[in-house]
Amino acid sequence: MSASDNGAAPRGAGEGAPRGGRDQEPDPVAGADAPGATEGSYLSHRGVLSWIFTKDHKRIGLMYLVAVLGFFFVGGVLALAVLLELLSSAGRFFSSDTYNKLFTLHGAVMIFLFIIPLVPATLGNFFLPLMIGAKDVAFPKMNLASFHIYVVGAAILLYSIIASAMDTGWTFYTPYSTQTSTAVISATFGVFILGFSSVFTGLNFIVTVHKMRAPGMTWNRMPLFVWAIYATAVIQVLATPILAITLLLLIFERLFEVGIFNPAMGGDPVLYQHFFWFYSHPAVYIMILPGFGIISELITTHSRKRIFGYGAIALSSVAIAVISFLVWGHHMFVSGQSELAAMVFSFLTFAVAVPTAIKVFSWVATLYRGSIAFTTPMLYALAFLFLFTIGGLTGLFLGTLSVDVHLTDTYFVVAHFHYVMMGGTFIAFLGGLHHWWPKMTGKSYSEKWGKIACALVFIGFNVTFFSQFLLGTHGMPRRYHHYLPRFQTLHVLSTVGSQILALGLVIILVYLLHSLFRGARAGVNPWGGKSLEWATATPPGTHNFASQPTVSAGPYEFEEIDEREGEEKDEEKDEAEKGGER
Amino acid sequence: MITQATEEHGHPAHLEHHFSTPEQQKSAAKLGMWIFLATEILFFGGLFMAYGAFRYFYPGTFVAAHAYLSIPLGGLNTMILITSSLTMALAVRAAQLGDRKLLVRLLGLTLLLASGFLVVKGFEYSHKLHEGLLPGKYFSAKGIAGLPHIFFGIYFAMTGLHGVHVVAGMIVISWVLIRARQGRYSAEYYTPVENVGLYWHLVDLIWIFLFPLLYLVK
Ligand code: HEM
Ligand SMILES: [Cu+2]
Repeated sequence: MSASDNGAAPRGAGEGAPRGGRDQEPDPVAGADAPGATEGSYLSHRGVLSWIFTKDHKRIGLMYLVAVLGFFFVGGVLALAVLLELLSSAGRFFSSDTYNKLFTLHGAVMIFLFIIPLVPATLGNFFLPLMIGAKDVAFPKMNLASFHIYVVGAAILLYSIIASAMDTGWTFYTPYSTQTSTAVISATFGVFILGFSSVFTGLNFIVTVHKMRAPGMTWNRMPLFVWAIYATAVIQVLATPILAITLLLLIFERLFEVGIFNPAMGGDPVLYQHFFWFYSHPAVYIMILPGFGIISELITTHSRKRIFGYGAIALSSVAIAVISFLVWGHHMFVSGQSELAAMVFSFLTFAVAVPTAIKVFSWVATLYRGSIAFTTPMLYALAFLFLFTIGGLTGLFLGTLSVDVHLTDTYFVVAHFHYVMMGGTFIAFLGGLHHWWPKMTGKSYSEKWGKIACALVFIGFNVTFFSQFLLGTHGMPRRYHHYLPRFQTLHVLSTVGSQILALGLVIILVYLLHSLFRGARAGVNPWGGKSLEWATATPPGTHNFASQPTVSAGPYEFEEIDEREGEEKDEEKDEAEKGGER
Repeated sequence: MITQATEEHGHPAHLEHHFSTPEQQKSAAKLGMWIFLATEILFFGGLFMAYGAFRYFYPGTFVAAHAYLSIPLGGLNTMILITSSLTMALAVRAAQLGDRKLLVRLLGLTLLLASGFLVVKGFEYSHKLHEGLLPGKYFSAKGIAGLPHIFFGIYFAMTGLHGVHVVAGMIVISWVLIRARQGRYSAEYYTPVENVGLYWHLVDLIWIFLFPLLYLVK
């Protein structure tokens, strides 16, 4: 079954919606090329060098995609190793040193190489210019440089951690990081370099959104994915320099033993934490905001309903971007900051939940009386709603001072951030990948396998990480591989979950690769989307649009839903394995 | 927003393919530069925070240790940089007027002043090296109250990173200078000159904060 068979076909074809339906160019777009326009597809260029030095945002996005997913594979294998080790309470496979090295490498790979560039550099790169009707990003050379710098930085970081068996954890906390004999200098230098790649991406996107929009593409007509990438870019540009200077100071400290982070020399190790989290809390929004953007697209398109609260969703991204700079102290409740500071940070942490909740409510309201199609992307969107809500709410537990004192540095924190990062960002990414896969590759994947894999991922994820919430509340500390026997059952459960999760991900890899070679040709607009990327050829031509599109309406102008249609959908629902979502 | 004539190929040579008009290209480049300057300000902002924290922890140290910095040399460097900002601004004006000769000369002058700054800085650094007024564990001077190794750590971190920015500035100024000599800029197209100018003013501006904070502590 191909994606286009299952998507929007039955709707829109109804009476009263003369121009709706799949494979049609959206009404509000004039001048966009008709399906199958003659310009060569962007994929028609051959030769390795033509890829490595391309300035085409679509091909750079694809290269990023391959690189980022490659690192995900590395980080994932490490995670499986960590969880295998936790099967027994005495630690069976690795020494403690090896275990510390494993989770350091896992964390650093997943944060710096995987989840930060995951959405902006891949789907963002590919679709942001398309969605605003531009030929490319504002600075294509800088975009390419961003990718090259990313590869170099990644190589340095990986080599340093592996070759020197670094075990500081991904946060490089002082005083340990200034005292260990491992290659902290070159590892942090690698992260420093990666920062440039992130800043280049962000800077490019901000300028692109400001300056490259097609005629008629007003701010209020921008798809919410674009808004989200924009807000992310602002954080990338404003927060990353702080990480850069933090890491330079750390390097400086190690080279000269200046003492600024060393209490014995009059310095202050907590100062390092302030510096670090001033970047790294905003950074968690670099990770999640693009995910929010994807979810907005999936939910409207696959329920064929105009988004509820467009302005609220768009502006709440910006509000989150602003508040996110003011809450870093919630990572330091037990680090010895003043009580007053702790209270203020706790309050602001609660404040950041407000714009976040506004989004969740808007999505749910969009679904209400929508014509929901349980396509694979939609299943991921629903999974996201479920998982992110748990992740976000447990964030509030941790933001509550009296509760955090007990939960900090336990598996509860581990579960929290995996629910938001993996259950949030990564699940949203998977949804987006399926949503846009036909447009990017020109091929349809198997909806049946898509749904099976989604269910496996959803179940595996919850089994893996919900058990960790329980472990945390029972007092299991993070980063230990020897533990009290009473924790073992939950650890075993968690490990089993991780195997299910891995199986689901392998299935996804297999059917997506299969679709590249054997998949049916995808239509121009398999889901009946209304934003500009669906108005160009599949896959898009080298210059995106055959002629400059002009825009005269918003991105979600779906036809009115016929009241009776809701009932007809019931059979489809059963088929869609909704069980996995509950 | 923009009216288009996409298929025409009569556009000016400096207009890149993905832009529709020179104005669009120019305003994109300038916005990009301003955002880049914002990242630089935040980058140094982190250093200023570290400075602020330690000045707050150890005010006595800062008062005692700053006396070992040379106000005349620091002041001289401040004058040099301000003058170089002036020559840079005049260079941008020359570019706007399409006066290639003047542009090249003024850029050359700016480069000269920048090297002058580095020479003076070099004298200061070698002096510090002699006296053992160095960061952290390399600090060996005697008789300064408080924790001077931290003061000099911060001093070298701030001025050192600023120095790196001066060198970067000199590299990009040389780059536009070469291209100006090749006649790449005209009254219609001089965005790179303008952007390099903006960058140079920022480098200058940062020094204008560093000088009083480090040399003129009270
Ligand atoms: C409603 C939103 C959120 C709130 C209120 C919140 C709150 C918190 C708090 C209070 C902590 C500190 C726990 C401790 O160390 O004791 C924490 C840790 C963490 N959060 Fe969140 N969070 C939220 C969303 C997110 C998101 C969206 C992400 C990433 C996508 C994220 C990633 C993390 C990470 C990585 C850590 C642990 C860092 C470490 O110590 O290694 N959080 N969160
Ligand atoms: Cu945080």
